[in-house]
Amino acid sequence: MENKPLLEVKNTGIQFGGLKAVQNLNMVLNQGELVGLIGPNGAGKTTSFNLLTGVYVPTEGDILFNGERVNGLPPFKVTRKGISRTFQNIRLFNDLSVLENVKVAYHSLAKHNILSSVFRLPAHFKGEQEMEEKSIEFLKIFSLDKYKDELAKNLPYGQQRRLEIARALAAGPKLLLLDEPAAGMNPQETKDLMDLIAFIRDKFDLTILLIEHDMNLVMGVCERIYVLDHGQLLAEGSPEEIRNHPKVIEAYLGEEVHDVNA
Amino acid sequence: MKKSKQFWPFIIVAVLVYTVVQILISNGMLNQFYSNTLILIAINIILAVSLHLVIGITGQFSIGHAGFLAVGAYLSAIVTMKLHLPFVVAIIVGGIVAALAGLIVGIPSLRLKGDYLAIATLGFAEIIRIVFLNIDAVGGAAGMQVSHLTTWTYAFVCLVITIIVIVNFTNSRHGLAAISVRENEIASDAMGINTTYYKVIAFAIGSFFAGVAGALFSHNFYIIQPSQFGFLKSFDILIFVVLGGLGSLSGAVLSAILLTVVSTYLQGYPETRMIIYSLVLILVMLYRPKGLMGTMEITDYFKLWRTPKGGGQHGK
Ligand SMILES: Nc1ncnc2c1ncn2[C@@H]1O[C@H](COP(=O)(O)OP(=O)(O)O)[C@@H](O)[C@H]1O
Ligand SMILES: [Mg+2]
Repeated sequence: MENKPLLEVKNTGIQFGGLKAVQNLNMVLNQGELVGLIGPNGAGKTTSFNLLTGVYVPTEGDILFNGERVNGLPPFKVTRKGISRTFQNIRLFNDLSVLENVKVAYHSLAKHNILSSVFRLPAHFKGEQEMEEKSIEFLKIFSLDKYKDELAKNLPYGQQRRLEIARALAAGPKLLLLDEPAAGMNPQETKDLMDLIAFIRDKFDLTILLIEHDMNLVMGVCERIYVLDHGQLLAEGSPEEIRNHPKVIEAYLGEEVHDVNA
Repeated sequence: MKKSKQFWPFIIVAVLVYTVVQILISNGMLNQFYSNTLILIAINIILAVSLHLVIGITGQFSIGHAGFLAVGAYLSAIVTMKLHLPFVVAIIVGGIVAALAGLIVGIPSLRLKGDYLAIATLGFAEIIRIVFLNIDAVGGAAGMQVSHLTTWTYAFVCLVITIIVIVNFTNSRHGLAAISVRENEIASDAMGINTTYYKVIAFAIGSFFAGVAGALFSHNFYIIQPSQFGFLKSFDILIFVVLGGLGSLSGAVLSAILLTVVSTYLQGYPETRMIIYSLVLILVMLYRPKGLMGTMEITDYFKLWRTPKGGGQHGK
């Protein structure tokens, strides 16, 4: 078990009509890694997440999680296997409270069945209380507990992004996929978020794959980076290697790299 | 626990309402007309609340509820009239067979979204009606004779059970899962919720209670005919839910009461009935575009009960 990778993506891809949105994608994530996925707009990053989470069924290749094939499983089953995610365009349950948003994610870890709830058996009260307590714990980690009874849609934008991560975490993942978690945040919020991401990785023993636009940020926090361009892997390596990779400089980074190095 | 606090006040109010009405009926202070109206109100509340679970809570726009009402009505009538079994058995059979019909219709059609689901459920209800229309054993178009067995007690007990089951379902992780489907199906799926399962379960529970209502309905008249279960009946039930405010159980209850009373009093004037009925609807939609109760529950006003999680629908 020790040296077996947590996630293996083997020659995976998907085609929409004539467009090969992602092709020949190969990735290996080991337990505990914090890995970045970067690339210009339209490169296929979000599509890759959709492949990993069962939203799309790959038209080629395989995705192994803990050595088990997960491509072809519907999203809720993939989540239950231990891969959960956030969305580039925030998808909270807007008219539910902050607490309820997290409870929904904790749902599949609770055990009490419908009959116990309908007849209000002891299992129901025990299960609901546990859900409530656990959900508040997740909110506390993200300092969202003071908002617990607010509707999700009334949270400030940056807090909504954080709530989405809290919710993804409550689903009990081993692998957490974050799609541009800092998008729209100010530099201070971004910095706090990155510290938080590193913190939850350690606390929950997570493996994290992170899509991000801000180069400084990805370079600062990720141990390894995959670069995607036109649906294909362009490069893979440490931030240092990526920064100096000629193909990456040519195709994508350009001026920005000089900025980073400056 | 906060949530169990809503249970006992509800039971106390229910027992009071039941007792007062029952005393009035046995004293002869409420004549047949009034007691029938009360029974009809109870039946309509059951229909409204059961459809509320499907539309208001789970967000599935099903508009063929009269189909399940018909299944319950006919099946229960067969149980009492042909098999000569007790009425209680008939009510249970009506509910169970309607729930099975709900599963059969729901499993394929709940994969459809929005308008397509609406059309599929409406189509199903018409098929049910036409099936009964063409079965001679249940009288075809002429209808089927049914004994008058529905009493205030039967109607009220069924109503209370319906509300308790649906409220308890709603205020649990299962109800929350159903609501998450309504709020954002993609996110719900991504959070590990088996969205199809919860849609089908909500649909089956809703159909079960529509079947129960059907049993009460058929044994409240002396005859049932397929024409009573047409799409106008489905729309009547749909209107209870929409008028009350999508997602609000107390709204569904209130509008079922209001509209039943309005249409009962207008029965003598069939020409004006539809006009006044439509006017009521237009007025409510003008002044309360989110329905009578909007997203609120009656308990929000009393602050006695905690906000049931049904709240927060934004009529989509
Ligand atoms: N469901 C779809 N149908 C057709 N084309 C799609 C679909 N999803 C994504 N694409 C296309 O795939 C490409 C990659 O998109 P995406 O993965 O969202 O890029 P990004 O790297 O910016 O996240 C884009 O050209 C997009 O238009
Ligand atoms: Mg994207």
